[in-house]
Amino acid sequence: MNTLPSPPSPSPSLTSLPVHPKLAGSHEPCDDQERAQVFQEIAARSVPVEHKGLPERLRQLSQFILTQPIEALLTLGLALLALQLLSLALNWGVLHAVFQIDEGACQSARGEGACWGMVGEKFRMILWGRYPYAEQWRCALSCALALGMLGWSVGSKAWTSKLRTITLWAWVITGLVIQALMSGNFLGLRVLPLWPSVETELWGGLPLTLILSLGSIALATPMGILLALGRTSEMPIIQSICVLYIELVRGVPLISVLFMASFMFPLLMPTLQTPDVLIRVLLGITLFSAAYTAEVVRGGLQAVDKGQLEAAQSLNLGYWQTQRHVILPQALAHIIPGMVNNFIAIFKDTSLVTIVSLYELTGALGLALNGDANWRPYKLEGYLFIAAIYFFFCFALSRVSQNLEHRLANR
Amino acid sequence: MTHPIDPLIEFKHVNKWYGAFHALKDINLKVQTGERVIICGPSGSGKSTLIRCVNALESYQEGELVVNGHTLGDDLKATQAVRQHVGMVFQQFNLFPHLTVLENLTLAPEKSQGLSKSRAQETAFEELHRVHIAEQADKYPAQLSGGQQQRVAIARALCMKPKIMLFDEPTSALDPEMIQEVLDVMVELAQAGMTMLCVTHEMAFARSVASRVILMDQGQMIEEAPPEVFFNAPKHPRTQAFLSALHRP
Repeated sequence: MNTLPSPPSPSPSLTSLPVHPKLAGSHEPCDDQERAQVFQEIAARSVPVEHKGLPERLRQLSQFILTQPIEALLTLGLALLALQLLSLALNWGVLHAVFQIDEGACQSARGEGACWGMVGEKFRMILWGRYPYAEQWRCALSCALALGMLGWSVGSKAWTSKLRTITLWAWVITGLVIQALMSGNFLGLRVLPLWPSVETELWGGLPLTLILSLGSIALATPMGILLALGRTSEMPIIQSICVLYIELVRGVPLISVLFMASFMFPLLMPTLQTPDVLIRVLLGITLFSAAYTAEVVRGGLQAVDKGQLEAAQSLNLGYWQTQRHVILPQALAHIIPGMVNNFIAIFKDTSLVTIVSLYELTGALGLALNGDANWRPYKLEGYLFIAAIYFFFCFALSRVSQNLEHRLANR
Repeated sequence: MTHPIDPLIEFKHVNKWYGAFHALKDINLKVQTGERVIICGPSGSGKSTLIRCVNALESYQEGELVVNGHTLGDDLKATQAVRQHVGMVFQQFNLFPHLTVLENLTLAPEKSQGLSKSRAQETAFEELHRVHIAEQADKYPAQLSGGQQQRVAIARALCMKPKIMLFDEPTSALDPEMIQEVLDVMVELAQAGMTMLCVTHEMAFARSVASRVILMDQGQMIEEAPPEVFFNAPKHPRTQAFLSALHRP
């Protein structure tokens, strides 16, 4: 009723009539007759419907072409270009491609079609690197375990309050099992004489990519949280150490960190029993990405209302209790997109370890093709193959994050 | 009302500055066990600062503040000993949004007092009954109205079994129709003999429960009097001006 004009005070002649005050407003007495003469019914308009039939589409299209000819031409041009590219890809990737492992057929199809046979010939080298041929089932099993855990974490059940702890512990155990499977030893001890032990310098391909990325994600996250807490703390020495660390590490390229970890460290400390190169590189990536993680976490910490800290203080919760139970759960929930961004970057950055002679997925591809003149020309196919693998894992990570966000938003 | 010799809260010539701004000027105040002291005054007069000094959310630079026998200062132990027995209710509730009502209430008793989960939950339900909201125990704060949230916040503070309750404008962030339910709970608490220090603009509440009413202005305590004197025969012209401003329609 607010939209109606306020009813005028009824004229004396009408006061005796039983007119509802609301109606009186719309019937101004002096206009009543005049209105009746000019009254014309307006036919009801048809309800707007989205026309989906072909004639309607064609009508819209013709109108578009007539009214916006330049845009229409551009659209047509782009459509033709897209079609052209699609047909090129189809011709190269499917129609003229060679699927069987036949070097001669690949040779004759060069420039015309893809040689997917190369992937068939070399996939074990690409996926498992220099790992001993007979033992490669251990690589496959390790990857299957990691994939299984990723699959479980993508599912909606994994991060409920009941199963969250179990999921985290399952990841820890999976990590240990993969380590034992790959090396044949358990944390450096020779307790599994069933399998021959394999030096880490022979590890390669997908397992190495997964170990480096998942391992450094798992280690960099807690370290990043501690650095962020240190940087936001009120203790000046701890604060300046954290600021110094973060700014220093962020200002250095990952490649130089990897060089330091693999070549400089043993040179600088020749007397020390230097740890395995894989561990050094893993720690290098961890130390590097922890600095980035710390800044993402700091953003989350700053987004938590100051009143939360005061409430926790007034309830006599200590510093660590406050962070653990009040501040961090809220801060981390805010920064899931940023954290996953970070994880995906770490995953792809592991390809840089090739330069220190660790042949993860990208490096293993080079290893598989560079030494073999027959198959070397088909690198593009190989890169497409590993690009698909990278995409698969990054997409899985992004699904995990969406899952977590959804879960946190729904409570 | 029996008054123990030692006051629960004693401000002795307390001064506080924010940089060059003199926030508290020579505060002298004693609160005995069971007393209900209401602090009012215009915004920026230092009422919240004063009340937040009592549980060391704010520090002070001069004078001495003794709460429950502990002198507040740089000593972290004393701060913790005081906070263990001083509950606080905030204007913005400050409930923990990621925890259910029940978890909000049991967190501190479990973590800082070391109670078992079942014991903490038992206490939590007692206090939820006291603020008439036990049926909401499994909801999250965002699912409650402002009045309900503030009552949960009161229950959360009471779960620590405090000797003193501080209220910092507990009804200022509430819709008008929710103010009364929170005030009712505070009246019940006062009737149960809780020692209360309360910053509020609810003068009817002050009139009915206060042992003393204090007016603050520009960091100073202008007037301190029992409610019947404060409201009917205030001595200081500033108090008269403040009260007449409140009564203006």
